This record gives sequence, structure tokens and C-alpha cells, in this order.
Amino acid sequence: MEKAIKRYFPIFALPTMAAFLIGFILPFALGIYLSFCEFTTVTDAKFVGMKNYARILGDDTFLHSLWFTALFTVVTVVVINLLAFTIAMLLTKGIRGTNVFRTVFFMPNLIGGIVLGYIWQLILNGILAYFGRTLTYSGTYGFWGLVILLSWQQVGYMMIIYIAGIQNVPGDLIEAAKIDGATPAQILKKVTIPMVMPSITICTFLTLTNSFKLFDQNLALTAGEPSNSSEMLALNIYNTFYGRVGWEGVGQAKAVIFFILVAAIALGQNWLTRRKEVQQ
Amino acid sequence: MGVRKAKHGGLLTAIFAVISVIYVSPILIVLMNSFKKKGYISKYPFQLPTEKAFVGLENYVEGIRKIGFLDAFKNSLFITVMSVLIIILCTSMCAWYITRVKNKLTSGMYYLCLFSMIVPFQMVMFTLSKIADMLKLGNPVGIIIVYLGFGAGLAVFMFCGFVKSIPLEIEEAAMIDGCTPIQTFFRVVLPILRPTCITVAILQAMWIWNDYLLPYLVLDIKKYKTIPIAIQYLKGGYGSIDMGAMMAMLVLAIVPIVIFYMACQKYIIEGVVAGAVKG
Repeated sequence: MEKAIKRYFPIFALPTMAAFLIGFILPFALGIYLSFCEFTTVTDAKFVGMKNYARILGDDTFLHSLWFTALFTVVTVVVINLLAFTIAMLLTKGIRGTNVFRTVFFMPNLIGGIVLGYIWQLILNGILAYFGRTLTYSGTYGFWGLVILLSWQQVGYMMIIYIAGIQNVPGDLIEAAKIDGATPAQILKKVTIPMVMPSITICTFLTLTNSFKLFDQNLALTAGEPSNSSEMLALNIYNTFYGRVGWEGVGQAKAVIFFILVAAIALGQNWLTRRKEVQQ
Repeated sequence: MGVRKAKHGGLLTAIFAVISVIYVSPILIVLMNSFKKKGYISKYPFQLPTEKAFVGLENYVEGIRKIGFLDAFKNSLFITVMSVLIIILCTSMCAWYITRVKNKLTSGMYYLCLFSMIVPFQMVMFTLSKIADMLKLGNPVGIIIVYLGFGAGLAVFMFCGFVKSIPLEIEEAAMIDGCTPIQTFFRVVLPILRPTCITVAILQAMWIWNDYLLPYLVLDIKKYKTIPIAIQYLKGGYGSIDMGAMMAMLVLAIVPIVIFYMACQKYIIEGVVAGAVKG
């Protein structure tokens, strides 16, 4: 059978592979190469070795955005997962209106980052106006504004995944723990959480990478203002590319570092939490 | 899992009802402001439109004209629907092929797809936009190829996971009965893949509809805008925003999503759960 299918390579596999080559493999390979070059377009690239990477070290905005992004990621991962897990626990108790609440909490997730950014710009600026401030008063305001925005967007998504996980915990397991005299806190810690560890793995993974790669929301809410102090990594790379002439190579070098960081976080997190999962 | 009765069911329901109202209030506030005069929006966003501030649909008319919302909507719809259809068709075929035919090329393709899922867009944005430009892909038809390429990783990976679980005997039986591989795929394999198709379609549609940076860099934006690009375009230079038009356009951007969500809520939520388990 394999032989029969094999002849159909041009029909089955070629379209996707060709598009994948254009849309991913070529840009990726070229991107790595260009990070060692000075260029303004792809055709005038001149090899300069590690110079671009060295120039990053002298760029304070990059280090600031790295720090800002790292802190932001830690805060949002904790806030989003705690909220999502708590809501999921409460919404699996069989209270009335569960479906309506689930629908409401999930909805913001479908709205795009740009639209979300402008919605929250209105709301947060409206609230801050009572204190005579705006979102772009300092980087701290932008930071917490983004935390609120992203939590609002993503809690529902994670909640859905947690609900699925919690509903998969066998009822007799909890029953047995109750009969053995476990308190609700003990059941949560010793039964529920270990049993939903796969969901926790997925949700931390998704929140980690989503927060770290955040771009649209950042662009629409504050655009990095004031003076790059609320600029996250992805926006910093974008601004280096398209905002500063002669810095394209540096932008590409930053992008390579960004890629390495994202890959390291993704693989590291996966390895860490997978070890904690229980076999069912 | 039987019915677990909560002790404080009524109280919890009440608390959640309040939280739910707060949760949707940002959208309602935007909706309310979309009927107010420009000058009243930033200053008093939480006030109901008074007689003086009320402008009816003026903001909508102004916004639609300013950013060409109808064209943007058409572009967004065309790009999303066509890209999702093509992604599903091509990647499911490709996934079946690389799971059934084992050689260096197919296993290399599989691992590259896995790998592509952890690469952030910023890594390829500059080179991708230049390549797309060289190949003249900067239009709503061309960008479909870019989406197929950049979205292939996740889709192929998810389809492969499912194809592996299909018993080989079914396909062998079809082939013995005289089906060509193409007939086998479309008559036997694809119907079995239906649940995964829905999952992939929902995840990709959510991404492509809301995507801003990729179309912004790839499309010739003087000619073609998508909804996110059109909205960002309202901001204009030097941070001056026509708040009235902005509010109205935000509402118009949200409404189709809410309708879509209400219509296919069941599939969306199942899709998210299924996608998360595999991802």
C-alpha cells in the first residue's frame, strides 16, 4: 500500500511542502543568516559576523524590554492560571447558570489583540482620569494595564481546559478520599491537582508562550509609550526593524535571541511539568 | 461523573452573575460610547449618552467611510475562509501521506512541523515579508499560500496525531476493493478525520481572523486591509485618534465574532479542549 500512495507525492504532500518552504523554512534559514549580516533589503546583505549581536549589548531598550517581558510573563502566568483554576473549580460544582457563565468568560478570547487593546485603552484611561493619570503616564501603568487586559482575554480559555481536566477526575477517587476522612483542602492538594496536572502543563505552557510573545495588545494599548518603557520584546524587535534605519541586522539578531528564548522556555517548561504528571 | 450538588449553589450563582456582568461591561461600555459625540468619549467614558452627546449612527457612518470597513470586512472574510479551507485540505492530505509513507523526507517534514510551532513570528517576519513580496504574494489570494506555509506546522502535527490512530486495515480494505489512494483518502480517511478538521479549522480561524502583523507586513496595505489593520490605521500619525469612529469600528469588529461564537459555541469549546490536549 505504501508503494501505491508514494507515487501520489505531488498531489498529497507537495502543495503543503512547497508552501511550508516559502512560509517557514526559507524565511527561517535566511533569518539566521541575515542576523550575521548588515542589510536594508535581502539582496544587499553583507556578512559582518557577530557585530549585530555585539550591538545588542549596547542597546538599553532591548535589555529593558527583556526585563519587562520576563516580569510580565511571570505575573500573568500566575494570575491567569490561579483565576482560571479557581473559576473552573467553582463552575464544576453543578451550580445553576454554569453554561451561561462559561460562555461569558470564554468570549473575550475570540476578540483580536488590536481590538482588545483599544477597548481597554478606553476603559483604563477612563478610570485613571479620576486620578489625573493616563496609561502612558509611566511604564508601570502600561505593565498593569497589559496584565489586566491579558487576564481578561485568557482566563476563559484556560478555564475551559481546566474544566475539561477536572471533569476527567474519576468521581470515585474523590468519594474514596472523602470516606477516608480527607478535608476539602486535602482532596484538592492530594487528589484533584495531581490528577489535572496534564491540564496545568498545557495551560502554563500556553500562558507562558502567549505572554512572552505578546505583540498586538502591546501595540494597541500603549505602543510602548512613554519612551519605550512599556515596550515588550516582540514590539522592541519590530521597532528595531522598522523604526530605525541601519538597524535591520540588529533587529534580526534580536529576533534570533528571541527565538532561542521562546524555544528554551517551551522545552524547559514541558520537561519540568511532564515529570510531575501522574499516570492514569 | 454524577451530579454533585453544591451546598451554597444559590449564593455562588449570584456571585457569578455579578462577575459575569462586570466581565462583559468593557464591551458594553464601548457599545454605549459608539453612540456619543467624539468629544464626550475620552472625557466621560462611563456616562450614558446625554441628549447633547448622542449622535445616533454618525460615528458608524464616519468610521465605515474613513477606513473602508466594508472592504476590510470582505478581505478578512475571504482570507480567513479560504485559508482555513486550503489549510485543512492540504495539511490533512500531507499528514496522511507523511504518516503512511515512511522515508527520510517525510520524517524530516514531520519534525520540521513540530519545530516550526515554537518559532515566534518575529523570527521570520522580515524575511517572510520580503520573500512574499518577491513572489508577488501581497494580495488576498497570495497571502493564502503564506498562511498555508506558516500555519502548516500545527495543522500537520494535529492531523498526524489522529491519522496514527486510524487502523491501517480500513484503508487496506478500500485499496483492495479497487480504490486509488485519492479515492481512499477522500472517501475513507477524510470522513474519519472530521472531528480533527473542525478542531484545526477553529484554531486556525481564530488566529487568522485576528492576525495583525502578518497581513500588515505581507499585504499591499494601500490596496488591501483586513479588519485589525483597518482599526490600527484609525490611530493615524502622532497618536491622534477619532474616538467616535474608533468606538463604532470596535463594535463592528466584535459583532461578527459574537455571532459566530453564539452559532458554533459547542464546536469552538470542544475544539479548544481537543486542540489543547494535542498541542
